[in-house]
Amino acid sequence: MDRNAPPPKPPKKRLTLVDYILFGSVAALVIFSGYRVNDVLVYNWEWSRVLNFVVRVDDETGQYFTNLLVRGLETTLRLAVWGTILATIIGVVMGYWRTCENLTLRIISRCYVELIRNIPPVVFIFIFFFFISSQIFPAIGLDDVDPDAAVFANPVFHFLFGDPRLLSNFLAGLLCLAMFEGAYVTEIVRAGIQAVPKGQWEAARAIGLSPIRVLGDIILPQALRKILPPLAGQFITLIKDSAIVSLISIQELTFMATEVAATTTKVFETWILVGGMYFILCYSFAVLFAWLERQAARSRR
Amino acid sequence: MLDITSKPLVEITGMCKWYGEFSALHDINLSVHEGEKVVVCGPSGSGKSTMIRCINQLEAHQKGTISVNGAEVSPDMKNIEQIRREVGMVFQSFNLFPHMTILDNLTLGPMRNRGVSRADATDLAMHYLERVHIAQQAEKYPPQLSGGQQQRVAIARSLCMKPKVMLFDEPTSALDPEMIAGVLDVMIELAEEGMTMIVVTHEMGFARKVADRVVFMDEGEIIEVAEPEEFFNNPQSDRAQLFLSQLLGH
Ligand SMILES: Nc1ncnc2c1ncn2[C@@H]1O[C@H](COP(=O)(O)OP(=O)(O)OP(=O)(O)O)[C@@H](O)[C@H]1O
Ligand SMILES: [Mg+2]
Repeated sequence: MDRNAPPPKPPKKRLTLVDYILFGSVAALVIFSGYRVNDVLVYNWEWSRVLNFVVRVDDETGQYFTNLLVRGLETTLRLAVWGTILATIIGVVMGYWRTCENLTLRIISRCYVELIRNIPPVVFIFIFFFFISSQIFPAIGLDDVDPDAAVFANPVFHFLFGDPRLLSNFLAGLLCLAMFEGAYVTEIVRAGIQAVPKGQWEAARAIGLSPIRVLGDIILPQALRKILPPLAGQFITLIKDSAIVSLISIQELTFMATEVAATTTKVFETWILVGGMYFILCYSFAVLFAWLERQAARSRR
Repeated sequence: MLDITSKPLVEITGMCKWYGEFSALHDINLSVHEGEKVVVCGPSGSGKSTMIRCINQLEAHQKGTISVNGAEVSPDMKNIEQIRREVGMVFQSFNLFPHMTILDNLTLGPMRNRGVSRADATDLAMHYLERVHIAQQAEKYPPQLSGGQQQRVAIARSLCMKPKVMLFDEPTSALDPEMIAGVLDVMIELAEEGMTMIVVTHEMGFARKVADRVVFMDEGEIIEVAEPEEFFNNPQSDRAQLFLSQLLGH
């Protein structure tokens, strides 16, 4: 036979009757719900009033301004990015402590994880928020920072941390979220470290690497590759969980949405819109993490 | 041939080790001089691995003393890394770092521990890779190599630290038969260059060719120490006789 002949084409993937029936029923359900909302509830859709809270047009000058919901989204984004970084740091340190031989470190990290995993997030955040906002922030003088000081009143700071007048508000939310998610990252990191074979520790020690090098050069890089998928899932959970800090009046997306829904009384529009915003945010992160995973897989070959 | 009057490079006296209640090693006494090659053998579970792992403190002993190059090693010492840099170790399961290229596996130690520049470390690494005949594979990753090649890389990785003594823990027992010779050849060359070696192995050909002494262990104790010909032809203890007959029986 001709060796150079092209390989046979794989069979085309086709939708079967079952697929069409499935799609059909889903579509029917959506249409029916829409009908219920429209006719039975007699709901008066007014998207423009809610969209006003995304961008507002100044009637006199005709200029556009971003409004509450966009500001909330920005804060959520900041919470997500900083929260991810902080939770990673907490998770790596605590996760390593979980695997240490030193009993004290093991007890500390174990207590941290168990405490957080066995208290409802809302309850934890109320307690912890009270603690930092009434004790820690006044102690380090964060409550009365001068928003016009050079450090705060520049665009870089604003870009990174938002409005300096809301700094302590933002930091409180961030710390709550990071402490909370850090516990879950801790468990993931611990599992990753324990999944690295014992021989890797031994070989690294045997060539005389210091403990910190053993961890940084040999163990963590291997652990990280193993835990990238669950870690990515946890970070997307973090973005969704950030909605909880609206309960302690952190002015992120859910908090702003509550305000908008209350003032406009347009509950459906507000929450559908906000749901869409969360979806886009989380899905973008999911795509980013999937890409990172492929990169890691490629570098390993 | 050997300068027995000098201070031994590795000296173990009255060393004991327990795992919980289980006595894994009991009253081990062994000194190894510079340039000496010692082969350790004995039945499975007799404590061979445990003994050599105590030398670089991968396992902590509880009684007795171990000194390496004149310095006593103990479980709670601060600069154990310093000692480990003088002691190369080759494992049964190679334990190469799978996330690094072969070259990086070799340069890591010298760069991190000895402050060698990357260029110098690379030269050093290539030198040793050539000696173990795998210089062409320097850019590959460990899982892409055969077992025999990986083990030779592991030997080169240890040599890059310019150790004073090399420990081998059954370096050929995880290998397919056709790979064993290549690894043993490298070890024989190393021995001929005068490296001090403590080798846990059941390769009798290697022991006969290279060893100055054979140490026979059983149930956590050293039962017999003899020159290889003496040990293989005329073992003194019953346990050594039994062990050898089983080894030859297969
Ligand atoms: N981490 C450990 N915890 C408890 N017991 C252990 C541990 N490591 C080894 N032992 C026990 O100590 C004894 C000696 O083990 P060791 O690995 O030194 O034997 P070995 O002579 O190297 O055997 P092999 O030829 O199978 O490698 C064995 O009985 C083993 O079960
Ligand atoms: Mg062993």
